[in-house]
Amino acid sequence: MTHISVKVDGTTYEDDVEPRLLLVHYLRDRLGLTGTPIGCDTSNCGACTIELDGVSVKSCSVLAVQADGSEVTTVEGLARDGELTALQRAFHEKHALQCGYCTPGMLMAARDLLREHPHPTADEIRHALEGNLCRCTGYQNIVRAVQAVSEEEVPA
Amino acid sequence: MTDQAVQGEVGRARPRKEDARLITGQTNWTDNISVNGLLHMAILRSPMAHARITRVDVSPALERPGVVAAFSGADLAEGLGSLPCAWPVTEDIVLPDHPPIAVDEVRHAGDPVALVVARDRYAAADALEAIEVDYDPLPPVLDLEAALADDSPLVHSDKGTNRCYVWPLKTGEDFDSVRRRAEVTVKRRYVHQRLIPNAMEPRAVVVTPLAASGEYTLYSATQIPHILRVMMAVVTGIPEHKIRVIAPDVGGGFGSKLQVYGEEALALAVARRIGRPVKWTESRSEGYLATHHGRGMIQDIEVAANRDGRLLGLKVDLLTDMGAYLMLVTPGIPILGAFMYPAIYKMDSYDFTCTGVFTTRTPTDAYRGAGRPEATFAIERIMDELAHELGLDPVELRRRNWIGHEEFPYTSIAGLTYDTGNYEAATEKALALFDYDKLRAEQADRNNRGDTVRLGIGVSTYTEMCGLAPSRVLRDLRYAAGGWEAASIRMLPTGKVEVITGTSPHGQGHVTSWSQIAADVLGVPFEDVEVVHGDTKAAPQGMDTYGSRSLVVGGSAVHHAAVKVVDKARKIAAHLLEASEQDLEFSGGVFSVKGSPDARKTIQEIAFETFTSHDLPDGLEPSINAEHLLDPENFSYPHGTHLCAVEVDTETGQTRIRSYVCVDDVGKVVNPTIVEGQVHGGLAQGIAQALYEEAVYDDEGNLVSGTMADYLVPSAPDLPEFTTERTETPSTTNPLGVKGVGEAGTIASTPAVVNAIVDALRPFGVNDIRMPCTPERVWRAVRSQKEA
Ligand code: FES
Ligand code: FES
Repeated sequence: MTHISVKVDGTTYEDDVEPRLLLVHYLRDRLGLTGTPIGCDTSNCGACTIELDGVSVKSCSVLAVQADGSEVTTVEGLARDGELTALQRAFHEKHALQCGYCTPGMLMAARDLLREHPHPTADEIRHALEGNLCRCTGYQNIVRAVQAVSEEEVPA
Repeated sequence: MTDQAVQGEVGRARPRKEDARLITGQTNWTDNISVNGLLHMAILRSPMAHARITRVDVSPALERPGVVAAFSGADLAEGLGSLPCAWPVTEDIVLPDHPPIAVDEVRHAGDPVALVVARDRYAAADALEAIEVDYDPLPPVLDLEAALADDSPLVHSDKGTNRCYVWPLKTGEDFDSVRRRAEVTVKRRYVHQRLIPNAMEPRAVVVTPLAASGEYTLYSATQIPHILRVMMAVVTGIPEHKIRVIAPDVGGGFGSKLQVYGEEALALAVARRIGRPVKWTESRSEGYLATHHGRGMIQDIEVAANRDGRLLGLKVDLLTDMGAYLMLVTPGIPILGAFMYPAIYKMDSYDFTCTGVFTTRTPTDAYRGAGRPEATFAIERIMDELAHELGLDPVELRRRNWIGHEEFPYTSIAGLTYDTGNYEAATEKALALFDYDKLRAEQADRNNRGDTVRLGIGVSTYTEMCGLAPSRVLRDLRYAAGGWEAASIRMLPTGKVEVITGTSPHGQGHVTSWSQIAADVLGVPFEDVEVVHGDTKAAPQGMDTYGSRSLVVGGSAVHHAAVKVVDKARKIAAHLLEASEQDLEFSGGVFSVKGSPDARKTIQEIAFETFTSHDLPDGLEPSINAEHLLDPENFSYPHGTHLCAVEVDTETGQTRIRSYVCVDDVGKVVNPTIVEGQVHGGLAQGIAQALYEEAVYDDEGNLVSGTMADYLVPSAPDLPEFTTERTETPSTTNPLGVKGVGEAGTIASTPAVVNAIVDALRPFGVNDIRMPCTPERVWRAVRSQKEA
């Protein structure tokens, strides 16, 4: 067991974890933060994407111990006091989700893109989301949603 | 508030009610469910395609930390019946036993052989490694044609054959005589590779037992909670009324969760055995072996026609890969397709035969479109070949053969009665949006210049049968369930409304659409409607969600139930307003007396009257709640025209979709936003079959494309921007005029893309490319012809 201290969505957690525990399982099974889902076992699908110290990563490819001392943001940490982020609103308005399983990962990956690159073209959005698979939407409405936010000029 | 009821919800592009939870992570996926004392189940699976099991020893697993129990197939055999096949398509079909866990023989890589339950998922996965199994290998059965030879090794040796069934459909004039009088015949073989459906949420099951009463709650990532409940009772012997099935949030299905899976039965059996709650969640690569596949078919298709292009007859011979076992509707999938090969065309003769074949591969079953994409692909591909043969433009050939809009209702040669349609309108609109003539000119120019990047144009017209279907028709097809759907409406005392539906959504937005339907009929605000689904206690009756049936059958049932509510409310309103029912008008949720608009009662007020029941007409039950079970009078028949332009680099084999235009006619539209989203998703899956996806097995029967790293699910840069439009010919067989949309995009897009690629390469003598049309296949096709 290894001791870790991680700040997740604004709350700091102190825990002893097995060294092999994946961050995504730590979030889901230990902290009960089930907003981040798992879609694969090969780090291909992106469903589990979160923010680790401000950078989007696939939480199935990070060990919980590697997050020691870090700050994590999950989809549950996006809306503050019931106030949705612009990106969440855009996903809703543009019908950028159907089953919603890929959505947390898409939101986190798109946030990262918009932070680096506030006005991406449709092609740039598509490339930035390459590691996030969606089986329902055909991506078009996801691209529209991200574009809508980039036009709004508000933080994602 | 109650006076400002919203009108005209149906047809409005509403953002979805469902989204609020999904975009904030407040989800309820099956794998999120946890209860005290929960144990995790992990399954040891066969590494071989085919073998006798000579020994299984689970005892070493019990020594591992955290392990609570471990079972072999033999340990669990008692009290576990065969998994069901509900569609024995012929009287003499071969129905092999299908144990949820193998006892003496494994028949595909991934067949379960043993399992453990442990206190956490890591411990469970670890303990699998300690289980000892000895196998005696048997020859795999992989080739559909060789499997039918007399000396072939057998998948089920007790059955004496790998031929599961032969299902014929011959109508009209004899095909041989048509062939003799035809001026042209074209014959081709098309192969549908196996696909892995890949719903983004892996399958998961949680069972919580209640020992004292013998009750079980089964949570499952399923499309079919109601059917699953019946089948679990049959398989496990647990009485049906003691099983509650809940499908919480379900992350996509596309047919792969239209299934009764061994893992659901195993989780129940283990929970019963040890009296503890049990969870199983598949990993993606486990799912690739254990969750059913789609397609897997060889089609020999022949058309006979006159020189002027008029079709005379169609002959289709199918070999279809059942895989190792028959799952819930495995044999029926190609039979659905059987009715769709004649598509939108008129002809004199149709001769269809399907042969189902067992192989030592993962079973196949429904995948988006289920039989209809395969049928549409074959007819639309061969129509292009016929057009080429006749020197006709492919659109013109279709025009010469399709059913004219004035000819509906039209009974097709396959015996289906299409209620409405207008193929001309959809096609004209698509051609205009696509700028067909201009693209053809560019294509000719590139060909003349010998450009290394060729332009290809693919057309695909289609119709499909949705809204499965009158129960008596299903009986004739030997499908062992009805085609009805249930809806109830509860008017709550405060005027809010609960719609209880038997459909079970997994991304289709039923909550929003059903709210729109109910709000319109009842004249209540959209926001005042809640939709209850996916729980056999809360929504006790239903036939669930598959085959684009939900809106057509389930949405129509909601409509009918709402009409009943209004009819009941009218009686109370008449009593309270001291008027006769005939003198009442109902509009916007308000009953008013004709001629004296001030005498009025809202439907919400009437709901409250039933709550107090202080002043109801004599003998009237104190409720305006209503239920409706709808058995549809016919299928519905969406149709459309899809056009695809591709640029094919003849030096690298790379295909790029340059533009994609589709015009779908799905009848009346309840929510245009949702319809557009469904079309996009369908297109993505159909294009993926054309270009990217294939479940590949090696000669030993191992699944080579066994992970998401090897099986190419397209991501955002792989897919183009789509132009989607609609025409609208309302269905006449349901009150909403709707037709169903979930599968349209998938059905139409695969042939549109492949037709486009072949069109681009025709100058090189290419007339077919095997799917998926990878750069390598395209490159080889160009080169072999160049060299020839
Ligand atoms: S679950 Fe992490 S990438 Fe798929
Ligand atoms: S919305 Fe279902 S996977 Fe993206």
